Amino acid sequence: MLVLALDTATPVLVAGLARWSPDGGTSVLAERAVPSSNRHAELLTPAITGVLADAGLAMGDLDAIVTGLGPGPFTGLRVGVVTAAAVADARGLPVYGVCSLDAIGSGERTVVTDARRKEVYWAAYDHGGARVAGPGVVRPEELARPGPFVGDPVFEGRLGADVAAAEVTTAGLVRAAEPQLIDPSSAGALVPLYLRRPDATPPTAVKAVSQA
Amino acid sequence: MGGEALVLGFETSCDETGVGLVRGRTLLADALATSMAEHERFGGVVPEIASRAHLEAMVPTVHRALADAGATIDDVDAVAVTSGPGLTGALLVGVAAAKAYALALGKPLYGVNHLAAHVAVDELEHGPLAEPSIALLVSGGHSSLLLVPDLAQDVQSLGRTVDDAAGEAFDKVARVLGLPFPGGPPIDRAARDGDRSAIGFPRGLTGPRDAPYDFSFSGLKTAVARWVEARQRAGEQVPVADVAASFQEAVADVLTAKAVRACRDHGVDHLVLGGGVAANSRLRALAEQRCAAAGIVLRVPSPRLCTDNGAMVAALGSRLVAAGVAPSSPDLGADSSLPIDVVSR
Ligand SMILES: [Zn+2]
Repeated sequence: MLVLALDTATPVLVAGLARWSPDGGTSVLAERAVPSSNRHAELLTPAITGVLADAGLAMGDLDAIVTGLGPGPFTGLRVGVVTAAAVADARGLPVYGVCSLDAIGSGERTVVTDARRKEVYWAAYDHGGARVAGPGVVRPEELARPGPFVGDPVFEGRLGADVAAAEVTTAGLVRAAEPQLIDPSSAGALVPLYLRRPDATPPTAVKAVSQA
Repeated sequence: MGGEALVLGFETSCDETGVGLVRGRTLLADALATSMAEHERFGGVVPEIASRAHLEAMVPTVHRALADAGATIDDVDAVAVTSGPGLTGALLVGVAAAKAYALALGKPLYGVNHLAAHVAVDELEHGPLAEPSIALLVSGGHSSLLLVPDLAQDVQSLGRTVDDAAGEAFDKVARVLGLPFPGGPPIDRAARDGDRSAIGFPRGLTGPRDAPYDFSFSGLKTAVARWVEARQRAGEQVPVADVAASFQEAVADVLTAKAVRACRDHGVDHLVLGGGVAANSRLRALAEQRCAAAGIVLRVPSPRLCTDNGAMVAALGSRLVAAGVAPSSPDLGADSSLPIDVVSR
């Protein structure tokens, strides 16, 4: 089956096309990783058009959509999730959400990505690649994991450990979605992994506008 | 009629997730989800809460619009979306969704200006807009006076608020009076039993040397709060109905006086009202009275279409399709401060 994989949880948006089958595994036909910082909404649909052109395929050839649900900075994250939901809805296709951190690196590892506000999003995986802890958000100094670390090397100093640079990949997204691709009835709702509550505080009392 | 394009419109600039379907100038569906109740305890719209709600509501609201119109997604000929102005995070959900639907369906996409869409929606109820028209758009997010020579490609700003939007002043005065959020409807209701000439609240920017078409509501809001606090400090009962009626009168007086003046100054004899505050009964009554006296034809969409919705975006999209305006480029994004003279981008 032909899978369109999308992720906007990190500053590098990913759009990829992969051929997947339960016995034949995954072969990536086209992939675009676009450094886009806060321009995900501008650049994601052109990237989708691009990978379809690269592979010589059309919208009508797609069989399923996979999308990263984060964690990641909220505004960009929602762009990928709503794009996946809308493409799937328009084409009548199934859509599967995965934890974006699952799609970074492979094997035994702790994944760290930039959560801003001096924190990292993280998750830990065993030697078989199964997630055993996280996803969570924490100050790197307080992340008590043995490593090895993969993800965003900018946190090496604050983790006090090496971080092998690694990013979300099409192959990683499809791998993370495999249980849902095999058993579509196991698919969950497309709800982003926000991990933080919205910043908002109710007004305590009506403020006096004039002085006594 | 059958030859006209079916346009799907998306609106997510604030707290309403709107999806509309319009064919030509015929309104087929106007599905709406709102996160208003979630903002209530904060006394104003919280952008992150609104953005989360847009994402959740998006696909179900599209389905509701299609069901209401008796259409399927494959019937759609073009997609339009509010590209700005508005809250960035909220806008982006609608822009990304609209781009994805357009791409997946292989249909053109039009990123449009929210304010121009407020004007366009009136065509669904009252037929082709007279051009030029003057438009007065007042809501919790905007207060603008526009000159509209050609809605598809030439909309000019005459004036705008220099501080608070009119709707914000309603929210703040409601809070001072202990009325619920959003403040427009409860103030309108309370004012029914009040005397609108009871208190002479200030009319901002109405002096001879002030900008003739700009608005200011911050001083009015402060004056109301001071007046109420003074009563409270003196241990007196606050006459809520009189305060509400007098405040509402000050807002309606300034808005309608400036709109009528803009019509006169520009030799324009059609005025369109739009935005949530256009649902205010006193504003509508005073606008009718003053327009009639000045020989101006007043057009006001029904209250449901005055507030933010997807139909207004579809209506403007439909107008752009009919005018042969070029669709947006594939790298369309959101612009929180999109200038009014950019009707589509
Ligand atoms: Zn509006």
